[in-house]
Amino acid sequence: MRYLKKTRYLQDINLFKHNGQRFWYGLLLLVMCLAPLGLDRFLLGELSLVYIYAIAGVGLMLLVGYSGQVSLGHAAFLAIGAYAHAYFLNLGWPFPLSLFTSMLLTGLIGGLVAIPVLRMSGIYLAVATLAFAVIVEQTLTHWESVTGGFRGMLVPKPEFFSADLNAYIPFYYLCGGVLILVMLAGLNLLRSPTGRAMVAVRDSETSAQSMGINLARTKSTAFAISAGFTGLAGGLFAHKIGYLAPDAFTLLTSIQLLLMVVVGGLGSMHGVIYGAIFIGLLPSGIAVFRDAVPPSIGQIPGLEPGVFGLILVLFLIYEPLGIYGRWQKIRLYFEEFPLYRRSTYKRQKTYLRTERLR
Amino acid sequence: MDLLQLIVSGVSQGCVYGLIALGFVLIYKATEMVNFAQGDLMMLGAYVAVTFINILGWPFGWGLLATLAVMALVGVVLERLLFRPMLGEPHFAVLMLTIGLGFILRAFAGAVWGNEPQALHAPYAGQVLRVGELVIGYENLVIVLGTVLLCTLLYLFFRFTRLGIAMQAASQNQLAAFYVGIPVKRIFSLVWALSALVAAFAGVLTAPVSMIDPLIGFVGIKAFAAAIVGGFGSLPGAILGGLLVGLVEQFAGLYLPPGYADMSAYVLLLVMLMIRPEGLFASMQQKKV
Repeated sequence: MRYLKKTRYLQDINLFKHNGQRFWYGLLLLVMCLAPLGLDRFLLGELSLVYIYAIAGVGLMLLVGYSGQVSLGHAAFLAIGAYAHAYFLNLGWPFPLSLFTSMLLTGLIGGLVAIPVLRMSGIYLAVATLAFAVIVEQTLTHWESVTGGFRGMLVPKPEFFSADLNAYIPFYYLCGGVLILVMLAGLNLLRSPTGRAMVAVRDSETSAQSMGINLARTKSTAFAISAGFTGLAGGLFAHKIGYLAPDAFTLLTSIQLLLMVVVGGLGSMHGVIYGAIFIGLLPSGIAVFRDAVPPSIGQIPGLEPGVFGLILVLFLIYEPLGIYGRWQKIRLYFEEFPLYRRSTYKRQKTYLRTERLR
Repeated sequence: MDLLQLIVSGVSQGCVYGLIALGFVLIYKATEMVNFAQGDLMMLGAYVAVTFINILGWPFGWGLLATLAVMALVGVVLERLLFRPMLGEPHFAVLMLTIGLGFILRAFAGAVWGNEPQALHAPYAGQVLRVGELVIGYENLVIVLGTVLLCTLLYLFFRFTRLGIAMQAASQNQLAAFYVGIPVKRIFSLVWALSALVAAFAGVLTAPVSMIDPLIGFVGIKAFAAAIVGGFGSLPGAILGGLLVGLVEQFAGLYLPPGYADMSAYVLLLVMLMIRPEGLFASMQQKKV
């Protein structure tokens, strides 16, 4: 067990708490950089996808895990980012400018969507985002002059100073680099007053407001930032799938993104990575499962969403803190070996007293 | 006359939305949980009815009763297995849980009954009632009458029976209700049973009109819009919201370019949230600091 002796107040907001963390994260970075040497094209592509999911996951984690607002429509932001990026590239904009503009655009739209529903909390936001996602999906289908409707839209190859970024290895580094930047931005945000305000809003709106936090502004900032990161992931996702069609961004995609943050562990940046790995590898896992069981069970259509749902339910009931929470429990068990108490992580229950009139 | 015809079909579609919304509101009022799987419970109810009436060949009335009984049981089982452990957990977790449940139910229905659309054989299917130039299908008429009947029964139940009043008490303050001797947990089981039953009723009513497949549960999202338009937590509001959504959808289908009809419910919802977020029948008060 490691005890940290704090000698300065600013130590609280250090990115790395101690040298051990510096060592392990450095090692992780090294492994990330060297991965293309040891992996074949398929695995490298899968890993790029995991990075893209993780970028969107950071966005969603800031909203769901750190601000306590639920969004059932993040696929819409993924879609807006992807389509905007492809549209700008088709206009002949350079790659970085296009990616950046689509991120800003998505963030702006996210902020605008949040405004009407900020006066009410919880489910209202969730449902409004759901409605928004449906409207975006329909718009993508019917606004043919920009999106190509059902026929879809070809994504131009990303080029940066005439270097082709779409090849496997450059694309891998591109996704990895963006992910690291987004992670740093997210962590930096969380140790700033804005990020702390978000956490305060999550823990108790009433007490946050009594401390002088502007609820509406904090929530819409969180929403805009979250949408922006998701839009950025959308831009990269567009290159990953190569061809955009409305059916790539459905309710199932939104749920998949939510599944990622819940399974990974709400309220931790580690959780994003675990969740992204989980989501990225799940389809392959299901494919293996389909082959392993008898065809009468394995070939059921719609098995995949069902498995998603089942995993979500099991995690929510048995391990609401997600993979990261489980890891922490296991670590604590060994750290305090004979003294571990089960009740350390006992969930606090709050019983209902409604705010309704009738 | 066209207008009247449109209103009739809007009202009958709206009643279905209203019934599903009613299920949402019942559960929300009692347990303050939001059940996103309500539409999928409706789908399951319709399939159970198909099993009894089409496959086993039971008469329609008996089939309906059996369906309601089975679905009430399903509601109780779901509550015991999934939602009782979640009692006292944050709303968000429960919301996610019901979404997951919806996916499971859809996969289950697809596996058991197949993904091809099926129609429920109803004795009144295909007949029409002519009033002047107005043509009303019996199916639509049955939907409207069934809704009115169910609403009356629910009103009487909540107003006059001990159980109904106990449900209201539990919905207002769990701890206080528990202290005065109301078996809160059992009440919640019953609320889930009631809500699943209402959903199944909506499923049976709508099944002869529209074909059923595992994805019809998605009308639940529109019904959700209806519940919010009506003011979440108000039973008459749910029905009224449903009617409003049904009518808006019909008119959008006629007067606006294709594609807008599918969106109209959601646009209505967003507009409503912007102008009057507490819904038509406000029953919620924002906490003031």
